[in-house]
Parts: sequence; C-alpha cells; structure tokens
Amino acid sequence: MMVMTAEQAVTWVEKTNALIQSNKEYLTELDQAIGDGDHGLNMSRGFQEAEAKVSSSEYETVGGVFKDTATVLMSKIGGASGPLYGTAFLKMSMFLRDKPSVTQADFAEAVEEALNGMKQRGKAEQGEKTMIDVWHPVADFLKNGQNVNAGKLVEVAEQAMEGTKDTVATKGRAAYLQDRSKGHIDPGSTSSFYLFQALADVWEEGE
Amino acid sequence: MKKVINNPEDVVREMLEGMTLAYPEQVRNLEDTTVLVRKDAPVAGKVAIVSGGGSGHEPAHAGYIGRGMLDAAVAGEMFTSPTPDQVIEAIRAVDSGQGVFLVIKNYTGDVMNFEMAREMAEAEGISVEQVVVNDDVAVEDSSFTTGRRGIAGTVFVHKIAGAKAAAGGSLKEVKEAAEKVVANTRSMGVALSPCTIPGAGKPNFQLEDDEMEVGIGIHGEPGTKREKIAPADDIAEELLQKVLEDSVDFDKSEVAVMVNGLGATPESELFIVNRYIHSKLREKSINVTHTFVGEYMTSLEMAGFSITLMKVDEEIKQLLDAEAVAPAFHR
Repeated sequence: MMVMTAEQAVTWVEKTNALIQSNKEYLTELDQAIGDGDHGLNMSRGFQEAEAKVSSSEYETVGGVFKDTATVLMSKIGGASGPLYGTAFLKMSMFLRDKPSVTQADFAEAVEEALNGMKQRGKAEQGEKTMIDVWHPVADFLKNGQNVNAGKLVEVAEQAMEGTKDTVATKGRAAYLQDRSKGHIDPGSTSSFYLFQALADVWEEGE
Repeated sequence: MKKVINNPEDVVREMLEGMTLAYPEQVRNLEDTTVLVRKDAPVAGKVAIVSGGGSGHEPAHAGYIGRGMLDAAVAGEMFTSPTPDQVIEAIRAVDSGQGVFLVIKNYTGDVMNFEMAREMAEAEGISVEQVVVNDDVAVEDSSFTTGRRGIAGTVFVHKIAGAKAAAGGSLKEVKEAAEKVVANTRSMGVALSPCTIPGAGKPNFQLEDDEMEVGIGIHGEPGTKREKIAPADDIAEELLQKVLEDSVDFDKSEVAVMVNGLGATPESELFIVNRYIHSKLREKSINVTHTFVGEYMTSLEMAGFSITLMKVDEEIKQLLDAEAVAPAFHR
C-alpha cells in the first residue's frame, strides 16, 4: 500500500519539472508536427514556476501542494494546456482537501476527479488524441488496488502515450489536420506521460 | 519585421499603459494585471459585462469599455487567450452584486480559460453567466477552434449585452439578449496580406501579390480558399453570398451591417464595400437599419475586411440605439 506525503507531492512536481526540462525540445518537435509548436516552451515555463513555488513553501498537506501547483500552472502555461493541467491539480486538491496523509485509494479517487475535470474542461473523451488518452488508463489502473506498483504505472502510461500515434485527432489543434494527424504521438499525452513517470520515481524512492 | 515596438515581450503591457493614458476619464488598469476596467467600476446595481481575448485585435476589446458597453476587458498575449487568474481579477473588480456576464469568442483556449475563471468566481459566490460568440460562417473547425470562430460580430454582442445591462436587465435577461445576437449574426472575412506577431517575427502565412485568402480568421488562420484578387464588388459579393446562404433567414428582414477593416485596409475601400452591400441588400428587399464601417476587430496589420450582418427586431434595434460611450464606440 502506497501513501503520499506533502513532501512527496513536492518531489513529484520537482521530478516532473526535471523530465519536462530535459525533453523540452522533443515536446516542441511533437507539437510542431501536429499543433502550433509551443507545447515544450509552455510546459517548461509552467513547471519551472510550479517547482519554484512549491519548493520554496511549507506544506502540511498534499492538497495544499496541489492547490499551489494548480494556480501556477493555470496562470503560467497558457493556451489550452494551462487550464487542463491547472484543472487536473485543482480537482485533486479539492478532493484531497486537508487530509494529512493520502492513501492509495484516496489518490486513485483524486486522479479520477482530475480526469473527469479535464474531460469536462476540454469537452473531450478517450480516443481523441489528447492527454485524456493517458489519464484515462492511468486512472483505471490506479483503481486496481493491490496490483499497483511503480513499474507497472510507467508501463501503462507509456503504452497509452504510444497509442496516440495511430489515432486520428478529433479535439485540439491537431483535429484541423484530420487524417494527417495520424503517425504522430500527441504532445499533450507525452507531457502527461512524464508526469506519471515522475510519480513512479517518487513511489520507487519511497519503497 | 518592421514594427513600432520596443521589446516584443513588452508589447501588451506597454500598449495597455498607453491606452490607459489615452482615456484617463474612461478606463483604469488593475494593478499588476492585463485587465482594463471602467473608471467607475463596479457600477452599483448593474450586471457587469466582461470580455477579452488575445491582443492584436485593437480596438477590441478594451476599446469597448464604457457606459452602455463593457465593464472590463482582459488582454492576453498577442493572439493568445488570457489566463484564468487575469479573468477572475476582472470579474472581482466589476461585480456589483448583480452578477457578471462573460462574452467569449469561440476559440478552444479562450473558452477553457474563461470557464475556469467562471468556476473560480462562482466558488467565491459571484453569479456568472456567459455567451460564446461564433459568427464566422467560413469554416466549421479551424486550427484554433472546435466549431465556428468568433470574429467581428462579437462587437454587436458587446453593444447589445452592454445596453441591456445598462437598462437594468438582470443577468438572465442580459444572457437572453446576447444569445439572440449570436443566433442572428453571421460574418465572413477576406485577407489581402498577412500579419506578423511581434514575438514570432515572421508573417503568419504567405500570399502572392495577386492573391487573397477568402474566409480568413482574425489570427491569420486559413479560410476556405485562395483566389486571385478581384474587384471590390466581386469580393463583397462572394462574402455576402456565404453570409446570406447560412442558417439565419435574412429574407425580407431588417439588418444591421458592419464592414470591418482588418488593420491595413483604408476606410475608402471599406466604404466601397459598404456601398455594394447596401445596393445588393436593397435588391433583395433586406432593409438596413444600422451601418457600421471602420476598424472594430482587427488582426494586427493584416489587409482585408470582414462583413457582418445581424438580423434585428424591435428589442435589438432599441438596444443598438441606446447610449454607448466607449473609446472605440459612440452612440
């Protein structure tokens, strides 16, 4: 059974930022192929600021970390990714509120809330070549209970991200390309993969 | 790139500073934000109207702040939606307790950012309603949108919603009036030359000397087709046809007409277009009750124009005639 502390929540944001920074150009390349080419830049700016905020503050709760992360992401990422990632963290913080420690079941429910919030915000469903395509299977996987472990989490998220390659986009900027969006991995699903890869790292360290 | 700017990153902030200094009696800048509000906001007892979007469409949106129109305008970066933290500052600053009405143009980023701010405001106990403007008949989906784009028809929504609120309309009544405008307004544009976002440094698309892009969006998004340049009457005819053929039944109705310059087309040419539209509508027994010619919703220095028709009834006519005192709109 995994739990998450406020300290680990901060580490999650830091590790996500590290992955985003080292893959900034790659995210930009992906977005240049099927979007407007600013995903790497926007995510790098957003998570840089989010890390700066949460690393320099004191937190009692996971919900508190997520609330600050949400506020920074929604104001600093911009475009459509800002409100989507902002919503994800905001919904998680609203669900967890001031719980001092977060059990795996709590966390699974929080991610489910985040997913529903993003679906509503983006008016998107699974299979439209967006970040939802990664969040959906991850949320399902986390609900799985005792079979949840770090290695498996990365596997699920990675597979989901790769899966967007063969999908035709029907939401987001890439939808404009219709069939031409096929053959490219979705940039939003890739940044979401980094988020869950970072989470797996946090869990592995905690074990 | 040849522009009258300092640093590309400072364009929006410096523009807002300059605007505030130009209209000190009408607008003020909320400190540390990209929000301009009515000097006397919040106006007691009145529903407040908030609009906004990416910059680069001047005089939209801050030019419509004033009595009988907007209470606040939120400016994003060039052609980029403002973020929810900015929108909520605007909502908080103008709410008088009667609620706040958001006018949103239909672009994915704008809709998400404004809706997010709306939810945050509602969580603080502020009543918020909204309308999403999608008047552009050119394309169904674009590189910036799901569904149709919001363009110059948005100015009619500002006017009607603003007038309804000024007349004491409730939040629900303002929403109904705005929805009526959206349901009865159709637009389409054409570009003769592209524009350059200061931060990008290069034109956002290429057109040959003798080409025009029909159905252009206000961010330079592609339209329906690229054609050889034609006489003004032919271009106007092509746009008017598409607008008239669309889902609003303009037959024998009364309409308000807007001929909107996109930034680099002289007024003389806009008047030539207006002359043709009027003669054509008369031929079709469509009665023009109001005409607006000028730059209302631009696309930086793009050359070209859009035409907008709004079908009007007694209520809308009255609201169109009501007083409006904004830097870019007087009645």
